[in-house]
Amino acid sequence: MAGFKLPDLDTLRSRVKDIKLELPGKKEPAKEDVPVPAGGIKCPSCENVFEKKELGKLKICPKCARYFRLNSKERIRLTADEGSFKEMDAALRAKNPLDFPDYEEKIARMQEKTGLKDAVITGTCTIGGEKTVIGVMDSGFMMASMGSVVGEKLTRAFEYATKNRLPIIIFACSGGARMQEGIVSLMQMAKVSAAAAKHSQAGLLYITVLTDPTTGGVTASFAMLGDIIISEPKALIGFAGRRVIEGTIKQKLPDEFQTAEFQLEHGFVDLIVTREEMPIKLRDILRLHSGRKDGAE
Amino acid sequence: MAGAYDNVKIARKVSRPTALDYINHIFEGFVELHGDRQFRDDKAVVGGVAWLVDRPVTVIGIQKGKSMEENIERNFGSPHPEGYRKALRLMKQAEKFGRPIINLINTSGAYCGVGAEERGQGEAIARNLLEMAELKVPTISVVIGEGGSGGALALAVTDRVWMLENSVYAILSPEGFASILWKDANRAKEAADVMKLTANDLLEMGMIEKVIKEVKGGAQNDFGFTANLLKSKLVTELDMLCDKPIDQLLSERYARFRKFGEFSE
Repeated sequence: MAGFKLPDLDTLRSRVKDIKLELPGKKEPAKEDVPVPAGGIKCPSCENVFEKKELGKLKICPKCARYFRLNSKERIRLTADEGSFKEMDAALRAKNPLDFPDYEEKIARMQEKTGLKDAVITGTCTIGGEKTVIGVMDSGFMMASMGSVVGEKLTRAFEYATKNRLPIIIFACSGGARMQEGIVSLMQMAKVSAAAAKHSQAGLLYITVLTDPTTGGVTASFAMLGDIIISEPKALIGFAGRRVIEGTIKQKLPDEFQTAEFQLEHGFVDLIVTREEMPIKLRDILRLHSGRKDGAE
Repeated sequence: MAGAYDNVKIARKVSRPTALDYINHIFEGFVELHGDRQFRDDKAVVGGVAWLVDRPVTVIGIQKGKSMEENIERNFGSPHPEGYRKALRLMKQAEKFGRPIINLINTSGAYCGVGAEERGQGEAIARNLLEMAELKVPTISVVIGEGGSGGALALAVTDRVWMLENSVYAILSPEGFASILWKDANRAKEAADVMKLTANDLLEMGMIEKVIKEVKGGAQNDFGFTANLLKSKLVTELDMLCDKPIDQLLSERYARFRKFGEFSE
Protein backbone atom coordinates (compact mmCIF):
# COMPACT_ATOMS: atom_id res chain seq x y z
CA MET A 1 0.00 0.00 0.00
CA ALA A 2 3.01 2.26 -0.20
CA GLY A 3 3.05 5.19 -2.60
CA PHE A 4 -0.35 6.64 -1.81
CA LYS A 5 -0.56 10.36 -1.85
CA LEU A 6 -3.06 12.05 0.41
CA PRO A 7 -3.51 15.74 -0.26
CA ASP A 8 -1.93 16.84 3.02
CA LEU A 9 -3.13 19.57 5.28
CA ASP A 10 -0.44 22.03 4.28
CA THR A 11 -1.12 21.57 0.59
CA LEU A 12 -4.80 22.01 1.16
CA ARG A 13 -4.19 25.10 3.27
CA SER A 14 -1.99 26.59 0.57
CA ARG A 15 -4.79 26.04 -1.90
CA VAL A 16 -7.00 28.32 0.11
CA LYS A 17 -4.16 30.83 0.23
CA ASP A 18 -4.85 33.54 2.72
CA ILE A 19 -8.54 33.07 3.19
CA LYS A 20 -9.60 33.44 6.76
CA LEU A 21 -11.98 30.62 7.57
CA GLU A 22 -14.40 32.66 9.55
CA LEU A 23 -17.56 30.70 10.03
CA PRO A 24 -20.28 31.76 10.06
CA GLY A 25 -19.30 34.13 7.27
CA LYS A 26 -19.98 37.81 7.76
CA LYS A 27 -22.28 39.46 5.29
CA GLU A 28 -20.87 42.44 3.53
CA PRO A 29 -23.15 45.06 2.05
CA ALA A 30 -25.12 43.89 -0.96
CA LYS A 31 -23.64 44.71 -4.33
CA GLU A 32 -26.64 43.97 -6.47
CA ASP A 33 -25.75 46.44 -9.14
CA VAL A 34 -22.49 44.78 -10.03
CA PRO A 35 -22.96 42.77 -13.26
CA VAL A 36 -21.34 39.33 -13.20
CA PRO A 37 -18.77 39.20 -16.03
CA ALA A 38 -17.99 36.07 -18.05
CA GLY A 39 -15.85 33.70 -15.96
CA GLY A 40 -17.03 35.57 -12.92
CA ILE A 41 -19.17 34.40 -10.07
CA LYS A 42 -21.26 36.09 -7.42
CA CYS A 43 -21.26 34.75 -3.88
CA PRO A 44 -24.87 34.19 -2.78
CA SER A 45 -23.89 34.97 0.82
CA CYS A 46 -21.81 38.15 0.69
CA GLU A 47 -22.81 39.00 -2.91
CA ASN A 48 -19.28 39.94 -3.85
CA VAL A 49 -18.32 39.23 -7.42
CA PHE A 50 -14.99 37.65 -8.26
CA GLU A 51 -13.32 35.36 -10.80
CA LYS A 52 -14.24 31.67 -10.63
CA LYS A 53 -10.62 30.62 -10.21
CA GLU A 54 -10.42 32.65 -7.02
CA LEU A 55 -12.66 30.03 -5.40
CA GLY A 56 -9.76 27.58 -5.54
CA LYS A 57 -10.09 23.81 -5.53
CA LEU A 58 -11.91 23.87 -2.22
CA LYS A 59 -14.50 26.21 -3.73
CA ILE A 60 -14.68 28.61 -0.84
CA CYS A 61 -15.66 32.26 -1.22
CA PRO A 62 -12.48 34.35 -0.88
CA LYS A 63 -14.42 37.14 0.81
CA CYS A 64 -16.78 35.48 3.30
CA ALA A 65 -15.61 31.83 3.35
CA ARG A 66 -18.96 30.49 2.20
CA TYR A 67 -18.75 26.92 0.89
CA PHE A 68 -19.80 26.55 -2.72
CA ARG A 69 -21.16 23.14 -3.68
CA LEU A 70 -18.60 20.68 -5.01
CA ASN A 71 -19.53 18.27 -7.75
CA SER A 72 -18.83 14.58 -7.22
CA LYS A 73 -15.63 14.53 -9.25
CA GLU A 74 -14.21 17.52 -7.41
CA ARG A 75 -15.14 15.89 -4.12
CA ILE A 76 -13.37 12.66 -4.99
CA ARG A 77 -10.25 14.59 -6.08
CA LEU A 78 -10.17 16.36 -2.71
CA THR A 79 -10.80 13.20 -0.68
CA ALA A 80 -9.20 10.14 -2.25
CA ASP A 81 -5.47 9.49 -2.47
CA GLU A 82 -4.32 10.56 -5.90
CA GLY A 83 -5.11 7.96 -8.53
CA SER A 84 -6.68 5.54 -6.05
CA PHE A 85 -10.34 5.90 -7.01
CA LYS A 86 -11.87 3.05 -9.00
CA GLU A 87 -15.45 3.58 -10.04
CA MET A 88 -18.06 0.82 -9.72
CA ASP A 89 -21.34 0.34 -11.58
CA ALA A 90 -20.62 3.31 -13.83
CA ALA A 91 -23.06 2.23 -16.52
CA LEU A 92 -26.31 2.32 -14.52
CA ARG A 93 -28.96 4.54 -16.10
CA ALA A 94 -32.47 5.49 -15.09
CA LYS A 95 -35.58 4.07 -16.70
CA ASN A 96 -39.07 5.46 -16.37
CA PRO A 97 -41.15 3.31 -14.00
CA LEU A 98 -44.21 5.61 -14.04
CA ASP A 99 -43.88 6.51 -17.73
CA PHE A 100 -43.72 10.05 -16.44
CA PRO A 101 -43.93 12.56 -19.29
CA ASP A 102 -40.54 13.95 -20.37
CA TYR A 103 -38.56 12.12 -17.65
CA GLU A 104 -36.26 10.39 -20.17
CA GLU A 105 -35.62 13.71 -21.92
CA LYS A 106 -34.84 15.39 -18.60
CA ILE A 107 -32.38 12.63 -17.68
CA ALA A 108 -30.71 12.91 -21.10
CA ARG A 109 -30.34 16.68 -20.70
CA MET A 110 -28.83 16.29 -17.23
CA GLN A 111 -26.44 13.61 -18.48
CA GLU A 112 -25.26 15.90 -21.22
CA LYS A 113 -24.91 18.87 -18.91
CA THR A 114 -23.04 17.09 -16.11
CA GLY A 115 -21.21 14.26 -17.87
CA LEU A 116 -22.73 11.96 -15.22
CA LYS A 117 -25.17 9.08 -15.68
CA ASP A 118 -27.10 9.90 -12.52
CA ALA A 119 -26.75 11.62 -9.14
CA VAL A 120 -24.18 9.43 -7.40
CA ILE A 121 -20.71 8.06 -8.12
CA THR A 122 -19.58 4.98 -6.20
CA GLY A 123 -16.32 3.11 -6.06
CA THR A 124 -13.33 2.22 -3.96
CA CYS A 125 -10.35 4.35 -3.03
CA THR A 126 -7.75 4.83 -0.38
CA ILE A 127 -7.63 7.77 2.01
CA GLY A 128 -4.25 8.12 3.65
CA GLY A 129 -3.62 4.56 2.50
CA GLU A 130 -6.77 3.17 4.16
CA LYS A 131 -8.95 1.32 1.68
CA THR A 132 -12.62 2.21 1.72
CA VAL A 133 -15.76 2.08 -0.37
CA ILE A 134 -16.97 5.57 -1.20
CA GLY A 135 -20.18 7.06 -2.57
CA VAL A 136 -20.49 10.70 -3.54
CA MET A 137 -23.81 12.31 -4.43
CA ASP A 138 -23.90 15.18 -6.90
CA SER A 139 -26.32 18.06 -6.41
CA GLY A 140 -25.70 19.15 -10.01
CA PHE A 141 -27.77 16.20 -11.22
CA MET A 142 -31.45 16.89 -10.48
CA MET A 143 -30.50 18.15 -7.02
CA ALA A 144 -29.19 14.64 -6.22
CA SER A 145 -32.69 13.30 -5.88
CA MET A 146 -32.82 9.57 -5.12
CA GLY A 147 -34.29 7.37 -7.78
CA SER A 148 -33.60 3.76 -8.74
CA VAL A 149 -30.06 4.40 -9.94
CA VAL A 150 -28.95 6.22 -6.78
CA GLY A 151 -30.61 3.56 -4.63
CA GLU A 152 -29.17 0.65 -6.58
CA LYS A 153 -25.62 2.03 -6.74
CA LEU A 154 -25.53 2.77 -3.02
CA THR A 155 -27.04 -0.64 -2.20
CA ARG A 156 -24.40 -2.35 -4.33
CA ALA A 157 -21.71 -0.22 -2.66
CA PHE A 158 -22.89 -1.41 0.78
CA GLU A 159 -23.07 -5.01 -0.41
CA TYR A 160 -19.55 -4.80 -1.86
CA ALA A 161 -18.27 -3.29 1.40
CA THR A 162 -19.95 -6.01 3.45
CA LYS A 163 -18.62 -8.81 1.25
CA ASN A 164 -15.08 -7.44 1.22
CA ARG A 165 -15.15 -6.32 4.87
CA LEU A 166 -14.46 -2.69 4.03
CA PRO A 167 -15.65 0.55 5.61
CA ILE A 168 -17.91 2.79 3.57
CA ILE A 169 -18.06 6.58 3.39
CA ILE A 170 -21.00 8.35 1.79
CA PHE A 171 -20.93 12.05 1.00
CA ALA A 172 -24.63 12.82 1.12
CA CYS A 173 -26.52 15.66 -0.44
CA SER A 174 -30.02 15.58 -1.82
CA GLY A 175 -33.19 17.49 -2.40
CA GLY A 176 -35.04 14.28 -1.52
CA ALA A 177 -36.93 11.70 -3.51
CA ARG A 178 -36.88 11.50 -7.32
CA MET A 179 -40.55 12.45 -7.72
CA GLN A 180 -40.69 11.26 -11.31
CA GLU A 181 -40.12 7.69 -10.10
CA GLY A 182 -42.91 7.85 -7.53
CA ILE A 183 -43.24 4.91 -5.13
CA VAL A 184 -40.17 3.24 -6.66
CA SER A 185 -38.15 6.17 -5.38
CA LEU A 186 -39.64 5.77 -1.89
CA MET A 187 -38.64 2.10 -1.84
CA GLN A 188 -34.99 3.04 -2.40
CA MET A 189 -34.96 4.39 1.16
CA ALA A 190 -35.85 0.95 2.49
CA LYS A 191 -33.51 -0.85 0.09
CA VAL A 192 -30.41 1.18 0.96
CA SER A 193 -31.21 1.14 4.69
CA ALA A 194 -31.55 -2.64 4.66
CA ALA A 195 -28.16 -2.93 2.97
CA ALA A 196 -26.71 -0.53 5.57
CA ALA A 197 -28.18 -2.76 8.29
CA LYS A 198 -26.35 -5.82 6.94
CA HIS A 199 -23.08 -3.86 6.75
CA SER A 200 -23.59 -2.73 10.34
CA GLN A 201 -24.42 -6.27 11.51
CA ALA A 202 -21.09 -7.36 10.07
CA GLY A 203 -19.36 -4.98 12.48
CA LEU A 204 -18.11 -2.65 9.77
CA LEU A 205 -17.68 1.12 9.83
CA TYR A 206 -20.05 3.46 8.02
CA ILE A 207 -19.30 7.20 7.91
CA THR A 208 -21.69 9.71 6.42
CA VAL A 209 -20.58 13.20 5.48
CA LEU A 210 -23.54 15.52 5.17
CA THR A 211 -23.07 18.32 2.68
CA ASP A 212 -25.29 21.15 1.53
CA PRO A 213 -28.18 20.34 1.17
CA THR A 214 -29.12 16.98 2.76
CA THR A 215 -32.90 16.75 3.04
CA GLY A 216 -36.00 14.61 2.60
CA GLY A 217 -35.80 10.90 1.93
CA VAL A 218 -32.01 10.85 2.04
CA THR A 219 -31.99 12.40 5.52
CA ALA A 220 -34.75 9.96 6.49
CA SER A 221 -32.69 6.96 5.43
CA PHE A 222 -28.99 6.29 4.94
CA ALA A 223 -27.67 9.81 5.67
CA MET A 224 -28.72 9.53 9.32
CA LEU A 225 -27.53 5.95 9.75
CA GLY A 226 -23.76 6.40 9.89
CA ASP A 227 -21.84 5.10 12.89
CA ILE A 228 -20.21 8.49 12.64
CA ILE A 229 -22.02 11.43 11.09
CA ILE A 230 -19.85 14.32 9.92
CA SER A 231 -21.09 17.55 8.41
CA GLU A 232 -19.54 20.37 6.49
CA PRO A 233 -19.95 23.76 8.18
CA LYS A 234 -23.25 25.52 7.59
CA ALA A 235 -24.68 22.75 5.40
CA LEU A 236 -28.47 22.63 5.30
CA ILE A 237 -29.59 19.37 6.92
CA GLY A 238 -33.21 18.52 7.61
CA PHE A 239 -36.18 16.33 6.83
CA ALA A 240 -38.90 18.74 5.73
CA GLY A 241 -38.26 21.72 3.51
CA ARG A 242 -38.06 25.10 5.13
CA ARG A 243 -41.00 26.50 3.15
CA VAL A 244 -43.15 23.50 4.03
CA ILE A 245 -42.54 24.07 7.74
CA GLU A 246 -43.06 27.83 7.44
CA GLY A 247 -46.33 27.05 5.68
CA THR A 248 -47.38 24.73 8.52
CA ILE A 249 -46.50 27.06 11.40
CA LYS A 250 -47.22 30.34 9.57
CA GLN A 251 -43.99 31.82 10.88
CA LYS A 252 -40.58 32.68 9.52
CA LEU A 253 -37.85 30.32 10.71
CA PRO A 254 -34.54 31.63 12.06
CA ASP A 255 -31.53 31.52 9.70
CA GLU A 256 -29.69 28.89 11.73
CA PHE A 257 -32.63 26.44 11.60
CA GLN A 258 -31.57 23.11 10.02
CA THR A 259 -27.91 24.07 9.66
CA ALA A 260 -25.09 21.67 10.48
CA GLU A 261 -24.53 23.67 13.66
CA PHE A 262 -28.21 23.27 14.62
CA GLN A 263 -27.98 19.52 14.07
CA LEU A 264 -24.77 19.32 16.11
CA GLU A 265 -26.45 21.17 18.97
CA HIS A 266 -29.49 18.88 18.83
CA GLY A 267 -27.34 15.76 18.82
CA PHE A 268 -27.80 14.51 15.26
CA VAL A 269 -24.29 15.19 13.97
CA ASP A 270 -21.10 13.93 15.62
CA LEU A 271 -18.75 16.58 14.36
CA ILE A 272 -18.38 19.42 11.91
CA VAL A 273 -15.24 19.27 9.78
CA THR A 274 -13.97 21.96 7.43
CA ARG A 275 -13.36 21.13 3.81
CA GLU A 276 -9.59 21.48 4.11
CA GLU A 277 -9.40 19.11 7.07
CA MET A 278 -11.86 16.50 5.79
CA PRO A 279 -9.41 13.97 4.22
CA ILE A 280 -7.19 14.00 7.28
CA LYS A 281 -10.12 13.56 9.64
CA LEU A 282 -11.50 10.72 7.53
CA ARG A 283 -8.07 9.08 7.45
CA ASP A 284 -7.76 9.38 11.22
CA ILE A 285 -11.20 7.86 11.83
CA LEU A 286 -10.53 5.03 9.34
CA ARG A 287 -7.25 4.26 11.13
CA LEU A 288 -8.94 4.25 14.54
CA HIS A 289 -11.20 1.51 13.17
CA SER A 290 -8.60 -0.47 11.21
CA GLY A 291 -6.20 -0.42 14.15
CA ARG A 292 -3.34 0.73 11.92
CA LYS A 293 -2.19 3.63 14.01
CA ASP A 294 0.67 4.60 11.74
CA GLY A 295 -1.06 3.81 8.49
CA ALA A 296 -1.23 0.90 6.14
CA GLU A 297 1.94 -1.07 5.52
CA MET B 1 -63.56 4.33 -15.18
CA ALA B 2 -63.14 6.14 -11.89
CA GLY B 3 -59.88 8.02 -11.48
CA ALA B 4 -57.23 7.37 -8.85
CA TYR B 5 -58.17 10.61 -7.13
CA ASP B 6 -61.49 8.99 -6.10
CA ASN B 7 -59.45 6.55 -4.02
CA VAL B 8 -57.53 9.48 -2.52
CA LYS B 9 -60.83 11.05 -1.47
CA ILE B 10 -62.14 7.82 0.07
CA ALA B 11 -58.82 7.20 1.83
CA ARG B 12 -59.05 10.65 3.42
CA LYS B 13 -62.69 10.47 4.55
CA VAL B 14 -63.14 11.38 8.21
CA SER B 15 -65.64 8.52 8.42
CA ARG B 16 -63.05 6.00 7.24
CA PRO B 17 -62.37 3.37 9.91
CA THR B 18 -59.21 4.14 11.91
CA ALA B 19 -56.43 1.97 13.26
CA LEU B 20 -58.15 1.65 16.64
CA ASP B 21 -61.38 0.56 14.94
CA TYR B 22 -59.52 -2.34 13.35
CA ILE B 23 -57.52 -3.08 16.49
CA ASN B 24 -60.68 -3.31 18.63
CA HIS B 25 -62.52 -5.43 16.08
CA ILE B 26 -59.80 -7.83 15.00
CA PHE B 27 -57.85 -8.39 18.22
CA GLU B 28 -58.88 -9.37 21.74
CA GLY B 29 -57.61 -8.06 25.05
CA PHE B 30 -55.66 -5.13 23.59
CA VAL B 31 -53.38 -3.61 26.22
CA GLU B 32 -52.28 -0.21 24.98
CA LEU B 33 -48.73 0.82 25.85
CA HIS B 34 -47.58 4.41 25.78
CA GLY B 35 -44.48 6.48 25.23
CA ASP B 36 -41.06 6.30 23.59
CA ARG B 37 -39.22 6.33 26.98
CA GLN B 38 -37.26 9.34 25.71
CA PHE B 39 -39.45 12.37 25.28
CA ARG B 40 -43.21 11.86 25.45
CA ASP B 41 -46.19 9.83 24.30
CA ASP B 42 -47.18 10.68 20.72
CA LYS B 43 -50.90 10.12 20.37
CA ALA B 44 -50.67 9.95 16.59
CA VAL B 45 -49.26 6.45 17.13
CA VAL B 46 -51.06 3.79 19.16
CA GLY B 47 -49.65 0.41 20.02
CA GLY B 48 -49.67 -2.46 22.41
CA VAL B 49 -50.12 -6.17 22.90
CA ALA B 50 -53.20 -8.19 22.02
CA TRP B 51 -54.49 -11.61 20.99
CA LEU B 52 -55.04 -12.47 17.36
CA VAL B 53 -57.29 -15.44 18.06
CA ASP B 54 -54.88 -17.59 20.14
CA ARG B 55 -51.65 -15.81 19.27
CA PRO B 56 -50.17 -12.90 21.24
CA VAL B 57 -49.08 -10.17 18.83
CA THR B 58 -47.80 -6.60 18.95
CA VAL B 59 -50.07 -4.28 17.03
CA ILE B 60 -49.20 -0.69 16.16
CA GLY B 61 -51.26 1.85 14.26
CA ILE B 62 -51.05 5.43 13.07
CA GLN B 63 -54.22 6.93 14.45
CA LYS B 64 -56.31 9.71 12.94
CA GLY B 65 -59.10 11.35 14.92
CA LYS B 66 -62.80 11.00 14.28
CA SER B 67 -63.59 14.55 15.33
CA MET B 68 -61.78 17.88 15.14
CA GLU B 69 -61.05 17.64 18.85
CA GLU B 70 -59.58 14.16 18.58
CA ASN B 71 -57.71 15.11 15.43
CA ILE B 72 -55.97 17.91 17.29
CA GLU B 73 -55.00 15.42 20.01
CA ARG B 74 -53.83 12.92 17.36
CA ASN B 75 -52.15 15.63 15.26
CA PHE B 76 -54.32 14.48 12.30
CA GLY B 77 -52.38 11.23 12.26
CA SER B 78 -49.03 12.85 11.52
CA PRO B 79 -46.47 11.40 13.92
CA HIS B 80 -43.55 13.27 15.47
CA PRO B 81 -40.18 11.52 15.87
CA GLU B 82 -41.29 10.25 19.29
CA GLY B 83 -44.19 8.45 17.58
CA TYR B 84 -41.79 6.52 15.37
CA ARG B 85 -39.51 5.87 18.35
CA LYS B 86 -42.48 4.57 20.36
CA ALA B 87 -43.31 2.23 17.47
CA LEU B 88 -39.71 1.05 17.36
CA ARG B 89 -39.66 0.47 21.13
CA LEU B 90 -42.77 -1.70 20.84
CA MET B 91 -41.35 -3.58 17.85
CA LYS B 92 -38.10 -4.32 19.69
CA GLN B 93 -40.19 -5.47 22.65
CA ALA B 94 -42.12 -7.79 20.34
CA GLU B 95 -38.83 -9.18 19.05
CA LYS B 96 -37.65 -9.86 22.59
CA PHE B 97 -40.78 -11.87 23.37
CA GLY B 98 -41.02 -13.53 19.97
CA ARG B 99 -44.33 -11.91 19.04
CA PRO B 100 -45.27 -11.19 15.42
CA ILE B 101 -45.89 -7.53 14.58
CA ILE B 102 -48.82 -6.02 12.71
CA ASN B 103 -48.66 -2.35 11.70
CA LEU B 104 -51.74 -0.45 10.53
CA ILE B 105 -50.78 2.63 8.53
CA ASN B 106 -52.90 5.71 8.00
CA THR B 107 -51.02 8.98 7.70
CA SER B 108 -50.76 11.82 5.24
CA GLY B 109 -47.09 11.90 6.27
CA ALA B 110 -44.62 12.44 9.09
CA TYR B 111 -45.23 15.81 10.73
CA CYS B 112 -43.32 18.76 9.31
CA GLY B 113 -42.71 21.21 12.15
CA VAL B 114 -40.07 22.83 14.29
CA GLY B 115 -40.17 20.31 17.16
CA ALA B 116 -40.18 17.42 14.71
CA GLU B 117 -36.99 18.76 13.12
CA GLU B 118 -35.35 19.57 16.46
CA ARG B 119 -35.94 16.02 17.64
CA GLY B 120 -34.74 14.44 14.40
CA GLN B 121 -37.68 13.36 12.25
CA GLY B 122 -35.25 12.15 9.59
CA GLU B 123 -33.21 10.14 12.07
CA ALA B 124 -36.31 8.57 13.63
CA ILE B 125 -37.64 7.36 10.27
CA ALA B 126 -34.19 6.20 9.14
CA ARG B 127 -33.66 4.22 12.34
CA ASN B 128 -36.96 2.39 11.86
CA LEU B 129 -36.07 1.43 8.29
CA LEU B 130 -32.77 -0.04 9.42
CA GLU B 131 -34.09 -1.80 12.52
CA MET B 132 -37.20 -3.20 10.85
CA ALA B 133 -35.06 -4.82 8.15
CA GLU B 134 -33.50 -6.96 10.89
CA LEU B 135 -36.40 -7.73 13.29
CA LYS B 136 -36.31 -11.43 14.10
CA VAL B 137 -40.08 -11.92 14.13
CA PRO B 138 -42.68 -12.03 11.33
CA THR B 139 -43.98 -8.59 10.38
CA ILE B 140 -46.99 -7.48 8.34
CA SER B 141 -48.05 -3.92 7.55
CA VAL B 142 -51.41 -2.87 6.17
CA VAL B 143 -52.14 0.54 4.68
CA ILE B 144 -55.71 1.17 5.85
CA GLY B 145 -56.12 4.76 4.59
CA GLU B 146 -53.35 7.11 3.51
CA GLY B 147 -49.81 5.81 3.12
CA GLY B 148 -47.93 9.10 3.05
CA SER B 149 -44.29 8.79 1.98
CA GLY B 150 -41.48 8.22 4.50
CA GLY B 151 -43.93 8.67 7.35
CA ALA B 152 -45.71 5.51 6.18
CA LEU B 153 -42.60 3.61 5.06
CA ALA B 154 -41.24 4.01 8.62
CA LEU B 155 -43.72 1.28 9.66
CA ALA B 156 -43.77 -0.64 6.39
CA VAL B 157 -40.38 -2.38 6.04
CA THR B 158 -42.14 -5.68 6.70
CA ASP B 159 -42.36 -9.25 5.36
CA ARG B 160 -45.72 -8.46 3.83
CA VAL B 161 -47.22 -5.13 2.82
CA TRP B 162 -50.95 -5.10 2.16
CA MET B 163 -53.41 -2.38 1.32
CA LEU B 164 -57.13 -1.98 1.76
CA GLU B 165 -58.75 -1.57 -1.64
CA ASN B 166 -59.38 2.17 -1.39
CA SER B 167 -56.23 3.11 0.44
CA VAL B 168 -53.34 4.91 -1.29
CA TYR B 169 -49.57 4.74 -0.85
CA ALA B 170 -47.28 7.29 -2.46
CA ILE B 171 -44.10 9.30 -2.37
CA LEU B 172 -46.10 12.48 -1.76
CA SER B 173 -49.68 13.74 -1.83
CA PRO B 174 -50.99 14.27 -5.38
CA GLU B 175 -51.29 17.98 -4.50
CA GLY B 176 -47.62 18.13 -3.46
CA PHE B 177 -46.56 16.09 -6.48
CA ALA B 178 -48.39 18.40 -8.89
CA SER B 179 -47.03 21.43 -7.12
CA ILE B 180 -43.40 20.26 -7.31
CA LEU B 181 -43.40 18.86 -10.84
CA TRP B 182 -45.92 21.09 -12.55
CA LYS B 183 -45.91 24.10 -10.19
CA ASP B 184 -49.68 23.72 -9.98
CA ALA B 185 -51.36 22.02 -7.00
CA ASN B 186 -54.69 22.18 -8.85
CA ARG B 187 -53.52 19.40 -11.13
CA ALA B 188 -53.76 16.89 -8.25
CA LYS B 189 -56.29 14.69 -10.06
CA GLU B 190 -54.02 14.32 -13.03
CA ALA B 191 -51.08 13.68 -10.70
CA ALA B 192 -52.98 10.91 -8.91
CA ASP B 193 -53.49 9.14 -12.23
CA VAL B 194 -49.79 9.32 -13.10
CA MET B 195 -48.46 8.38 -9.66
CA LYS B 196 -49.69 4.74 -9.48
CA LEU B 197 -50.79 5.16 -5.89
CA THR B 198 -53.85 2.91 -5.70
CA ALA B 199 -53.82 -0.53 -4.12
CA ASN B 200 -54.46 -2.25 -7.43
CA ASP B 201 -51.74 -0.28 -9.24
CA LEU B 202 -49.23 -1.13 -6.54
CA LEU B 203 -50.22 -4.80 -6.55
CA GLU B 204 -49.70 -4.89 -10.29
CA MET B 205 -46.27 -3.24 -9.90
CA GLY B 206 -45.28 -5.86 -7.32
CA MET B 207 -44.93 -3.25 -4.56
CA ILE B 208 -47.46 -5.01 -2.29
CA GLU B 209 -48.61 -8.60 -1.83
CA LYS B 210 -52.31 -8.29 -1.24
CA VAL B 211 -55.35 -6.05 -1.64
CA ILE B 212 -58.12 -6.38 0.96
CA LYS B 213 -61.56 -5.79 -0.54
CA GLU B 214 -63.91 -3.07 0.59
CA VAL B 215 -67.58 -2.67 -0.25
CA LYS B 216 -68.63 -0.08 -2.80
CA GLY B 217 -67.89 3.46 -1.65
CA GLY B 218 -65.42 2.39 1.01
CA ALA B 219 -64.91 0.39 4.20
CA GLN B 220 -67.06 2.78 6.26
CA ASN B 221 -70.14 1.44 4.43
CA ASP B 222 -69.61 -2.06 5.80
CA PHE B 223 -66.81 -2.02 8.34
CA GLY B 224 -67.43 -5.63 9.45
CA PHE B 225 -66.90 -6.91 5.93
CA THR B 226 -63.40 -5.44 5.54
CA ALA B 227 -62.36 -5.98 9.16
CA ASN B 228 -63.40 -9.67 9.15
CA LEU B 229 -61.70 -10.23 5.83
CA LEU B 230 -58.50 -8.60 7.08
CA LYS B 231 -58.63 -10.69 10.26
CA SER B 232 -58.91 -13.98 8.41
CA LYS B 233 -56.07 -13.02 6.04
CA LEU B 234 -53.84 -12.01 8.97
CA VAL B 235 -54.50 -15.29 10.78
CA THR B 236 -53.68 -17.40 7.72
CA GLU B 237 -50.59 -15.39 6.81
CA LEU B 238 -49.14 -15.40 10.33
CA ASP B 239 -49.66 -19.17 10.58
CA MET B 240 -47.51 -19.44 7.48
CA LEU B 241 -44.88 -16.81 8.41
CA CYS B 242 -44.45 -18.14 11.96
CA ASP B 243 -43.49 -21.54 10.55
CA LYS B 244 -40.55 -20.12 8.61
CA PRO B 245 -37.05 -20.30 10.04
CA ILE B 246 -35.92 -16.80 11.06
CA ASP B 247 -32.93 -16.82 8.70
CA GLN B 248 -35.21 -17.56 5.77
CA LEU B 249 -37.67 -14.88 6.88
CA LEU B 250 -34.89 -12.28 7.07
CA SER B 251 -33.35 -13.16 3.73
CA GLU B 252 -36.75 -13.05 2.07
CA ARG B 253 -37.47 -9.69 3.68
CA TYR B 254 -34.16 -8.36 2.35
CA ALA B 255 -34.92 -9.71 -1.12
CA ARG B 256 -38.41 -8.20 -0.99
CA PHE B 257 -37.00 -4.66 -0.85
CA ARG B 258 -33.76 -5.42 -2.71
CA LYS B 259 -35.62 -6.00 -5.97
CA PHE B 260 -37.22 -2.54 -6.16
CA GLY B 261 -35.80 -0.23 -8.81
CA GLU B 262 -35.84 0.16 -12.57
CA PHE B 263 -32.61 0.85 -14.39
CA SER B 264 -30.50 -0.36 -17.27
CA GLU B 265 -26.78 -1.08 -17.44
